[in-house]
Amino acid sequence: MTDPALDAPRSGSPWQYSPAPEARELADLKANYRMFVDGEFIDGTGEPFISTNPATEETLAEVSGASESDVDRAVAAARAAFERTWGPMPGSERAKYLFRIARLIQERGRELAVLETLDNGKPIKESRDADIPTAAAHFFHHAGWADKLDHAGHGAHPRPLGVAGQVIPWNFPLLMLAWKIAPALACGNTVVLKPAETTPLTALVFAEICEQAGLPAGVVNIVTGAGDIGAEIVAHDDVDKVAFTGSTEVGKRIQRTLAGSGRKLTLELGGKAANIVFDDAPIDQAVEGVVNGIFFNQGHVCCAGSRLLVQESIAEELLGKLRSRVSTLQVGDPLDKNTDVGAINSADQLARITELADTGESEGARRWSSPCPLPERGFFFAPTVFSEVQQSMRIAREEVFGPVLSVLTFRTPEEAIAKANNTPYGLSAGVWTEKGSRILWAAQQIRAGVVWANTFNRFDPTAPFGGYQESGFGREGGRAGLEAYLDV
Amino acid sequence: MTSDSGIPGSERPGEPTRGHTDAPARLGVTKTYKLYIGGAFPRSESGRVHPVHDSHGEFLANAARASRKDVRDAVAAARKAFGGWSSATAYNRGQVLFRVAEVMEGRRAQFVAEVAAAEGVSTGTAESTVNATIDRMVWYAGWTDKLAAVLGAANPVAGPYFSFSVPEPTGVVGILAPQQSSLLGLVSVVAPVLAAGNTCVVVSSTERPLPAITLAEVLATSDLPGGVANLLTGDAAELAPWLASHADVNALDPSGVPDSLRAEIERSSAGTVKRVLDVRPGEQDWTREPDIRRLREFTEIKTVWHPVGM
Repeated sequence: MTDPALDAPRSGSPWQYSPAPEARELADLKANYRMFVDGEFIDGTGEPFISTNPATEETLAEVSGASESDVDRAVAAARAAFERTWGPMPGSERAKYLFRIARLIQERGRELAVLETLDNGKPIKESRDADIPTAAAHFFHHAGWADKLDHAGHGAHPRPLGVAGQVIPWNFPLLMLAWKIAPALACGNTVVLKPAETTPLTALVFAEICEQAGLPAGVVNIVTGAGDIGAEIVAHDDVDKVAFTGSTEVGKRIQRTLAGSGRKLTLELGGKAANIVFDDAPIDQAVEGVVNGIFFNQGHVCCAGSRLLVQESIAEELLGKLRSRVSTLQVGDPLDKNTDVGAINSADQLARITELADTGESEGARRWSSPCPLPERGFFFAPTVFSEVQQSMRIAREEVFGPVLSVLTFRTPEEAIAKANNTPYGLSAGVWTEKGSRILWAAQQIRAGVVWANTFNRFDPTAPFGGYQESGFGREGGRAGLEAYLDV
Repeated sequence: MTSDSGIPGSERPGEPTRGHTDAPARLGVTKTYKLYIGGAFPRSESGRVHPVHDSHGEFLANAARASRKDVRDAVAAARKAFGGWSSATAYNRGQVLFRVAEVMEGRRAQFVAEVAAAEGVSTGTAESTVNATIDRMVWYAGWTDKLAAVLGAANPVAGPYFSFSVPEPTGVVGILAPQQSSLLGLVSVVAPVLAAGNTCVVVSSTERPLPAITLAEVLATSDLPGGVANLLTGDAAELAPWLASHADVNALDPSGVPDSLRAEIERSSAGTVKRVLDVRPGEQDWTREPDIRRLREFTEIKTVWHPVGM
């Protein structure tokens, strides 16, 4: 079923663009970045580490590393701020700080976007048009909540929890920071946040933004380091609430750590979303959605539509269109405004994707990869589609967290639902059909926290996001998201 | 045993009560208390029982002592019943739960006697406990068709999409019922789980299980589909770890778990990222009017998006 034209070398492709790179200088990159504790940038007493550009493997900057005592210091600063300034402050005043932060993110949006792309490897068009504006929107939305918590459905004067320890992943560095910090602050908590060790830079620029906003010292503390520092924060005795976004494996470890402590926990973990295409779906629109669902952000998305469930009668047609569309994706320099798929975030992640994709082949699935040329340096993985996938295969069960799509087929709607739900995860799903009643039926049957119908990967601060089952618990966004940071 | 225990029919064989004549009075028929799994009343597969005494130490009955395998059977029954109960209309679920209250009202005298015997309280106190229990069931029955309106939302997203969020039941909930409050506490933890559309496996109070079994008889005759609520009697400390580690249990209410076991239960719940209700050590005051926390904690918010356009 392979179209030989699709495997032709790209030189003759009609999809060649001239380079259109965004200016790297906009990132205002510095040689050194320091952590932010109690309103000051400090060196930290742990080992400094290097953040690299995954698209070039070049060193971007040296970042100070935290030690256990730095975590203590940050938690103590957060505690003091909670008790003395932020906790007693009227919500209407907290709101204005959050509005300031939202505005500053917008003002420095281009700088943050370029820096995010350099540090993370994601295409500039995504950091510029999705990550950064949505982060600002998150602060805007939650600013308005700060003085309206009495109306959030938890009775009058719901109380904050205290000090929130927050650990976030590398896939949407600033956006995940916003998802964590904005509701925490709006509800009156103070925070100690650790960004991922491969993507710490925008979080440290965010610390500058807190400074520019005049945020009282200790309200936001950013400590930098690897997983061991995250574990210190999570297990710290003086942290009242823990919020984690990351792998299910680490999430389970955190839940075990907090067992019996009485501390509030929210987890946003992995996923293996089904994207279901029924035979009456608008097929070109569905192909676009499927491509966006899995190749957005190189597939480094917990809610990525990594399992395509397509009705058997249209499978061949859809697969043909899908391969043809995927082979037009521009893979390469993340700073290039034409780039659709950027760099894999790290060598480790590239190795994990490569290993899991190889099991797809060895377990008998049919592998097809875009014939796109890949840059010689940097961590890149060609968009890959596996067909003839069985539910028992690892690529159908495990989260790849990369640009790898597994295609399975179904005959009846009931079979589609059964296959979609055949996973311990339950974060998201997609449904493609022109039939309204079928959309609503499927949306009811799917056991997942977010269902996108005839669209995919939509996020908004007003729309609660979070998982069922082993995709975690608690919601982020909307009124439901406030519960994670209130003592209710 | 004399009829002081107040439980109708609880007189033991060999101890006939006497009337005014010389002829022996009628001998009461005693009941074998069993488990409630999948709509049926089996004995424990283990064959084990444990003697139940009233607050004065008088023997009341032998209750079944459920085993790990009974837990597994009950979870399987709850899972099987989940599809039907969770997709029943909220109106229907509300009527069924209201029906439970109606049938409880009919068995009021029996509940009063059992609560008085189990908890060692006066008949007057037991009466007000049973009243509160029935009223609580009515309160939760009325929530079924309001929860989505209160917890859900139409999300005003910044784009051409209609986005809405609704609460959905979490799934199969394991409930360790309170140890002290044998009926009011039990209904206070079971009713919200059912009202929210979940199915459940309930382990009753270890020492005070008889009102729970009577409640199971009420559930069995109240149009509640078999398997929606499953009730086990036995040792909560023995059974809780099996519920906590069971991969097909989605959430846990550890109210009746001994404080010393809480941490261990929460640790093993992490194996499948179970939601574990945060309950304070010790037993709470069940006479206090509840809020919607227990309804909320056993639901998941689902957000659905669709484009808007011509």
